[in-house]
Amino acid sequence: MLRIKNLSVYYGYVHAIKDISLEVKEGELLVILGANGAGKSTLLGTAAGLIKPAAGEILFNNKAVTGQTSEQIVSKGISLIPEKREIFTTLTVLDNLLLGAFHRYRKNKEGLKNDIKEILGIFPALKGRERDLAGSLSGGLQQMLAIGRGLMSRPALLLLDEPSVGLAPLIVQEIMAILVNLKKTGVTIVLVEQNTKSALKVADSVLVMERGGITHRGSPLEITANSSIQEAYLGRARS
Amino acid sequence: MKKTTIFGIIILLFILIVSLVVKSNYLFSILIIIGLYAIIVQGLGILMGYAGQVSFGHAAFYGLGAYTAAILTTRYHWPTIAALLAAIILPGTIAALIGRQTLKLRELYLALATLGFGILVFIAFNEGREFTGGPSGISSIPFLNIGSFAFDSDRKFFVLVWAVLALLLLGINNLVHSRTGRALRAIRESEYAAENAGIDSASLKLQAFIFSALLAGLAGGLYAFYITFISPAAFSYHASIEFVLMAVVGGLGTFWGPLLGAAVIVALSEILREVVPLLIPGAGGEYQIIIYGIILILLMVYKPEGLSSLGAVFDRSPKRAEQNTNKQ
Repeated sequence: MLRIKNLSVYYGYVHAIKDISLEVKEGELLVILGANGAGKSTLLGTAAGLIKPAAGEILFNNKAVTGQTSEQIVSKGISLIPEKREIFTTLTVLDNLLLGAFHRYRKNKEGLKNDIKEILGIFPALKGRERDLAGSLSGGLQQMLAIGRGLMSRPALLLLDEPSVGLAPLIVQEIMAILVNLKKTGVTIVLVEQNTKSALKVADSVLVMERGGITHRGSPLEITANSSIQEAYLGRARS
Repeated sequence: MKKTTIFGIIILLFILIVSLVVKSNYLFSILIIIGLYAIIVQGLGILMGYAGQVSFGHAAFYGLGAYTAAILTTRYHWPTIAALLAAIILPGTIAALIGRQTLKLRELYLALATLGFGILVFIAFNEGREFTGGPSGISSIPFLNIGSFAFDSDRKFFVLVWAVLALLLLGINNLVHSRTGRALRAIRESEYAAENAGIDSASLKLQAFIFSALLAGLAGGLYAFYITFISPAAFSYHASIEFVLMAVVGGLGTFWGPLLGAAVIVALSEILREVVPLLIPGAGGEYQIIIYGIILILLMVYKPEGLSSLGAVFDRSPKRAEQNTNKQ
């Protein structure tokens, strides 16, 4: 579904993504692990059209989307849920959800009502809060709203950047369960996480990034069996 | 009854009562100037309060509208209504041309770029003597007329300006609650997040800039047909700053803010001009400016969100108080 070939991204003189290639298969839940500064968020941002790559190619459903604007990429079916949620706090929950469907609002106004219902079905905790300002929601609800807004664009590929940051363990569990359910509905998911244990439980495959490059790729079992990864990301003590 | 309907009735009653009761041309002229400034600040309010962009160059669009109307009617003898249309279109076109580049700038840089544009246009008004009459300006501008009906009195012009303002207020109210208005508010809050949601922020900011220039041009054209004499002095960067001040004092991103801001700033100047000499005999204009400044500082200190927040009854934003509580 998503193929990235020899991608390089620079921030000024800093080489943030170093000639990486990867493929995400349809229906897969790929987890990307890595320390701060490994290039995980940059990779997602570039795939979502928010960061322009210096070199390389990004193919979505076999069509090049490299260098396209984020609104073009959203309309093609890729949605990014950014690290800091980036919900519109001074707008209502309903406005936030409607903004997620901005690019298709004119085409199917009636269908939006059903989509809102569907999103509220996925996140029942948001029910009854539609007229509330998004800024008045708790962290967990804000994260659910951010994912809900992303889903309003009807993405085939959902990119999530550290959705568990700052959330209580129970909420993290709830969000991971929602991601698994979403995957069952056919949404392909790329999940960047520092909460390694939670992420590995839901992953189909795992990719480890370090200093802008990919160092490992494998199944959750293979990754957890790797002692250097265990040491670096799973917090096990040295033997 | 819908709030917009209630508002429509209120403003129609206001226009009707004022036009029947008021006898003073001075009061009419103040209300006309408030109306014209409110039209400009409505546009600026969309640009600043919804799209989150600052412009210190709107006096230039106002002036371009006024000079377009004046030149086309006095020099080329266009019908006034056609000249008014041109007065709207020309500033909008110029905004489209300069906006594409300037709106790439952010915050202070955008403010400086628009200020620079305003100064350039002001210099052009002063130096383009052949067309603009230079510092002496253009006189003998005809009254606006539609067919055989001429807006040749303060009373008629008041009704015209406030009717235009009322229509604009209703239109803008619909706009800000539409898909586009929602997207503009999203851009104001976070351009990054808006783009991430698939909103073409560059295009929407440009549209807001053009819209605000069109309104400034409309106000400028109407001003020329009302005053029938224009000179560059009315379109200096001081006026641009005053428009921004009106938008901020009234309250950014609010329905009543632009009208309230224009009314308060215009009325304050007029009141101080009358009251200060009575309180401080022999006081010159500098005392008025000092007191004006002190009042504005106090307003910004105690009502930074603008005067429209005083009338929370008209605030359509849901649970704003709740959010404010959460922010603390």
